[in-house]
Amino acid sequence: MRYMLLICADESAQVDEVDPIEPWLDKAGARRLDGSQLRPVADATTVRVRGGEVVVSDGPFAETKEQIAGFDLIEAGDLDEALEIAAAHPVAKFGTVEVRPLWED
Amino acid sequence: MVATLIRMTGDWDLAEECAQDAFATALERWPSEGVPRRPGAWLTTTARNRALDRLRRKANEAVKLREVAVVAPGPEEDDPSGVPDDRLRLIFTCCHPALALEAQVALTLRTLVGLTTVEIARAFLVPEATMAQRLVRAKRKIRNAGIPYRVPPAHVLPDRVQGVLATLYLLFNEGYSGQARHELCAEAIRVTRVLAHLMPDEPEVLGLLALLLLHDARRATRTDAAGDLVVLAEQDRTRWDRGEVDEGLALLDAAMRRREPGPYQVQAAIAACHASAVQADDTDWDQIAALYGSLTRFVRSPVVELNRAVAVAMAQGPAAGLELVEALADTGQLTDYHLLPATRADLLRRLDRRAEAATAYREALALATSDAERRFLSRRVEEMG
Repeated sequence: MRYMLLICADESAQVDEVDPIEPWLDKAGARRLDGSQLRPVADATTVRVRGGEVVVSDGPFAETKEQIAGFDLIEAGDLDEALEIAAAHPVAKFGTVEVRPLWED
Repeated sequence: MVATLIRMTGDWDLAEECAQDAFATALERWPSEGVPRRPGAWLTTTARNRALDRLRRKANEAVKLREVAVVAPGPEEDDPSGVPDDRLRLIFTCCHPALALEAQVALTLRTLVGLTTVEIARAFLVPEATMAQRLVRAKRKIRNAGIPYRVPPAHVLPDRVQGVLATLYLLFNEGYSGQARHELCAEAIRVTRVLAHLMPDEPEVLGLLALLLLHDARRATRTDAAGDLVVLAEQDRTRWDRGEVDEGLALLDAAMRRREPGPYQVQAAIAACHASAVQADDTDWDQIAALYGSLTRFVRSPVVELNRAVAVAMAQGPAAGLELVEALADTGQLTDYHLLPATRADLLRRLDRRAEAATAYREALALATSDAERRFLSRRVEEMG
């Protein structure tokens, strides 16, 4: 199964020390299909179409304390395997990793 | 008859219960329909049908769940006996931490115990449609999120066992506190027994089973005829269920011999101190206070601190207990918890500081959540004059 790991963290929080990502990349290996860190929400733009009108605005889709800071698309046998990979992500130590299965039939 | 059922179903509790059901049905029907020609055979058949019904329901649910879950090879697949235990996999699937606690409990009752949705809904006092939806959602998540159908591998097993035990303990407490619904306690004990049978080397599993049995043994004496709470010191100890007490104590012994203490074993040891005291005055409060001290090492909870304060008060006098309770109150935790002012009130009463006690009882009364507790506290307020 494929799972999207949404790497969420509070951008404004001061985190003393973030573990390097390389050991995690090694651990995930070929199971990590794709992924990247994202630029901060200050660089985000949202688009909505309402009544045929395109509404563009500055900022992320929701004003929450934690924002999506990155994503990783992984392939795992089951949820336990996906959770194990997610738990090893450096951001999991101070932020939150949401594990979402892809809609596949 | 029970023995026949046990041989047939391999399940002691189920057999006993179905036999009881058959007798109840007989009492209902025989007066109007007449006593059948061979009452013994009639009873056995009725009980057997009821047992088969339940087993069939359980099997169906188990099959359905296995169909939706990801079937992953578990460690016991290499078991030379070649009998991977489906029930153990079921427990871990039903109690997967990716499911909400209430969904875990409902799924466990549905698939492991074989209760109907109607029965589960009734036990949790929610509409049937709500419970049905909860179960459907849980099964959907098992399928869509890829929750595996297996016993977790060794490196995550301790964590997962803790999760399963927490679910079972919640299930028991759901039936034990407030409006007592004993069937939930019985089911929690039944499933914990299955788990203990399947994982005999896990001392915490034995510890939980011991804890549940030692609590359940006191059930009949916890409320009086009017439904009012009877405090531990005033319970009629001769009416505690001796069979459950003995079994609980033996299980706790077996668990402690493994020398891997854990929160359930410590709580069972506390319950065992109460169960072993013939009269309330015989209670070894020093030992209980020490056990609460070790419990705080496993469970950081202000409720545990409060219980420790009560035990210290019993062991060393109300003044020593009051000091701990007031220190706890000063931390600002538990401000909504009626047992904090209730405990403080009780200690003040025993120190004969009646005016302060009355004030504290009134505070507790404002926070109490059940009618039985409110009646108890009102009586105390009056006694303080």
